[in-house]
Amino acid sequence: MPDPRLLPCGDTAFTVEFGDAIDAGVNAAVLALEARVLAAGLPGVLETVPTYRSLTVHLDPLAADPAETGAAVLRLADADSAAEAGRRHWRIPVVYGGDFGIDLEGVAAHHGITAEEVIARHSAPDYRIFMIGFLPGYAYLGGLDPRLALSRRPAPRPVTPAGTISIGGPQALVASIAAPSGWHLLGRTPVRSFKPGRDPVFLFEPGDTVRFEPIPESRWGELDRAAAAGEIVAERVAP
Amino acid sequence: MSGVHLHVLDCGAATSLQDAGRRGYQRQGLSPSGPMDALAFAAANVLAGNPPGTVAIEMALAGGRFRAEGGPVRLALAGAPFGLRIDGEPVADHRAFTLHAGETLALTPPKAGLFACLAVQGGFDLPEALGSRALHLRAALGGVDGRGLRAGDRLPLPGAADTRPERCLDALSLDPGEPVRIVLGPQGDLFPEAGLATLTGAAFTVSNRADRMGYQLDGPAIAHGPTGFNVVSDATVAGSIQVPGNGRPIVLMADRQTTGGYPKIATVISADLRRIAQRRPGETVRFRAIGLDEAVAVARARGRLVAALPDALRPVLSADERLLSANVAGNVVDALSD
Repeated sequence: MPDPRLLPCGDTAFTVEFGDAIDAGVNAAVLALEARVLAAGLPGVLETVPTYRSLTVHLDPLAADPAETGAAVLRLADADSAAEAGRRHWRIPVVYGGDFGIDLEGVAAHHGITAEEVIARHSAPDYRIFMIGFLPGYAYLGGLDPRLALSRRPAPRPVTPAGTISIGGPQALVASIAAPSGWHLLGRTPVRSFKPGRDPVFLFEPGDTVRFEPIPESRWGELDRAAAAGEIVAERVAP
Repeated sequence: MSGVHLHVLDCGAATSLQDAGRRGYQRQGLSPSGPMDALAFAAANVLAGNPPGTVAIEMALAGGRFRAEGGPVRLALAGAPFGLRIDGEPVADHRAFTLHAGETLALTPPKAGLFACLAVQGGFDLPEALGSRALHLRAALGGVDGRGLRAGDRLPLPGAADTRPERCLDALSLDPGEPVRIVLGPQGDLFPEAGLATLTGAAFTVSNRADRMGYQLDGPAIAHGPTGFNVVSDATVAGSIQVPGNGRPIVLMADRQTTGGYPKIATVISADLRRIAQRRPGETVRFRAIGLDEAVAVARARGRLVAALPDALRPVLSADERLLSANVAGNVVDALSD
């Protein structure tokens, strides 16, 4: 793994970058550093944002100097990475195709396979949540079957529905709220990864793993109502 | 419930409640929100007699009308100089004033700038969402039931205005024409010299695509380096200047996306976010690169200025006193020019 380096983000943040690869080992190093930063209780640190390959630390410049705090965090990165602990595994119900996944047939046609084969390949792996970002609860997944990889649409759609399950390049995504997207929409889940008023408001943590479980459209109404009422709906399974 | 409230008779679509913002959830994809002009927000709260960070109304270009009901309400507006009238009588910005029960405050669009904060003594008696009352529109969190203000809203206050004297502050400058200071990075090293030279040398204009999430700028395209315009998504900050494929920079603001896959050439320093925020579509933005040490020094100077705002409060002069003081000042100027 390359040595981490410090990138300035103005006077209120800095980023510790561990390279530019989408790699589970790199991501694990990011999460391990985040845990150490939070445990260290450095003065002036407001919050941390782990991403695929870097950790951004937001701070109050009245209480901390970004260069000094950055150097302190870099020293924490030198420590040996501990094994990842406390990661959880989720099974997420998905209705594929039709109005729920308007690009399923197109993705199948592009790869010269059937829609059923796309579903089988998409629902087979255990994906790692590399990052939660962009919008609240959006979970960016690694582990997509490379035979499904497909570059993003040339023009984004202005609105895609809440709970959209999509793929873009080598990545997969669980969306929470409705938003524009240039990814290919394979299906929808009733699971709310972000739901104000529910405990927990946010369902996932970076480093968790997920697997998709195809369900028939006939189950959508019941699960969606339960999720709207605050149930988790996603199944948490033993590793 | 005190029974005192501010009744929204009408307001612009982008009128929202903001406080100091919602911290701790960027790792879950939720940006902090908070005021677009943090200095105006601080000043409005000082004028209204509030602790720092008290929830206030953020106005964006459009005016509005508000009526006090159930008791008197102490208010103050700071930031862009919206026109203010109480039942037709003009009142100044950057001063506290009292809106008595039944009176209507009318705000008209400012001559310059975009954003102002209308602070209310005591703030609003509304529930927090994830520790804040700031509206995050896309997440439907905070504000009034997760949305902005609209006609018919009755915003409850914890109590009626007290009898503290009304005081004023010098109006805040919107810094028109001042350069917006930036620190290069986090991905400045992905850009060629020519791209960096465009960023710091060119005049950009604020496009029509400017809102609480980000300000897209028009102007010469910023050249990308050989690695192009896609990076593996990483975190953004308020002030991140991302450069998408078309080379037109976007400055990310309070309601930004927390991560992004475009390279971020530089970061607007925290003290100058308000300079960007207050520029209207069509107005010019120039960037000036400074070192990180200077950026921190500027942030701390701003922090001292904000901390000193309560000491800068002055009594509000009556019309006669204002006239007198203007004459005195005029005499001094005359004397000096002789």
